[in-house]
Amino acid sequence: MERLLHCTTALSIILIVMVLTSVRRAHIRVEYSVSWLLASIALLGVSLNPSILAMVSNLFGIDYSPIVLLLIAGAVFLLVFFRLSVIISKLKDDNIALAQRLAIVEFYLRHDREQA
Amino acid sequence: MAKVPLEPVSGEKLLVLVPAYNEEGAIARVVKAVGESMPGVPVLVLDDCSADTTAATASLAGAHVVSFPHHLGLGGCVQTGYRLAFELGYEYVIRVDGDGQHDTRDIPRIFQALKESGCEMVIGSRFVEDNGQSTGPVRSLGIHFFRAVLRPILGKTVHDPTSGFVGVNRRALAVFGKSFPLEYPEIEALVVLQRRRFRFLEIPCKMLPRTTGRSSITAIKSIYYIVHVLLGVLVNVLKYERGRKIVEDK
Repeated sequence: MERLLHCTTALSIILIVMVLTSVRRAHIRVEYSVSWLLASIALLGVSLNPSILAMVSNLFGIDYSPIVLLLIAGAVFLLVFFRLSVIISKLKDDNIALAQRLAIVEFYLRHDREQA
Repeated sequence: MAKVPLEPVSGEKLLVLVPAYNEEGAIARVVKAVGESMPGVPVLVLDDCSADTTAATASLAGAHVVSFPHHLGLGGCVQTGYRLAFELGYEYVIRVDGDGQHDTRDIPRIFQALKESGCEMVIGSRFVEDNGQSTGPVRSLGIHFFRAVLRPILGKTVHDPTSGFVGVNRRALAVFGKSFPLEYPEIEALVVLQRRRFRFLEIPCKMLPRTTGRSSITAIKSIYYIVHVLLGVLVNVLKYERGRKIVEDK
């Protein structure tokens, strides 16, 4: 159990460093880094405080605490992935609307040029 | 071939839309056939970023061409045509597929039905009468399945829910310009119209065999199609309150 917590602690620290580095280098926009930062901080908090794990284990009647850790991590990252899907869907809608508008404007321009 | 002018118009004017993707083998024949069936009616080809010479071939054949910067899919293309037609002031738009499978000699009857029935949509249907039209077993099964799904939603049977041979009037253009399914649009479009209490009519039409290219529909795509369209239908049905508001605003 302790070794697993060390691993998740290290993993969450690496994730935080990666996110902050990416923000600094402008590889990820600040608004999209927030989900990842919150997720990795939550994972770090749980990893550094086994009492949280014990409390949640008791709450759900789970005897084996590492399962709770995996469940929490899975739930947090599922939420992040869902948020990303929402963002991608909006981007796709915007992209299609832009492509449609561009095609129409190009059509008008070509049409006007042919008429001139 | 000289193009029919595509000027902003008013009154009862018709535009024929032809969405096309890699249809260089068929598109010229389709454009010319539309010109023979409906002389003086402009043809607008929506080239969905084809890798071949579809756009140039269509233009040479006498069509106006809208070209997209990247592949949008059928719904995205058709919606662009509807938006453009609405902006230009067209009263009626008839969509014909670019693969040459729709018999353009049916266009005058669809146009007449659009004008006389007052329905917002007229569908060229292969199955509204027994006119000897048949389709593959999988597609046939899908058509029967969606007929059964749509019957309680639309309040009447739609015999050919997957037909892309469709005419719409300006009221439908106004709606579709804002809200149109981007993938596999035919079935969802019916639900979009029904939510606005719009009416549709089916008239018998023939489907010709494909002479060039090949259908992109595979078994896996068919399953994806069914799931995708079912979900789309469900989403549109759940937009009931919004639909009612739109009707009240009319």
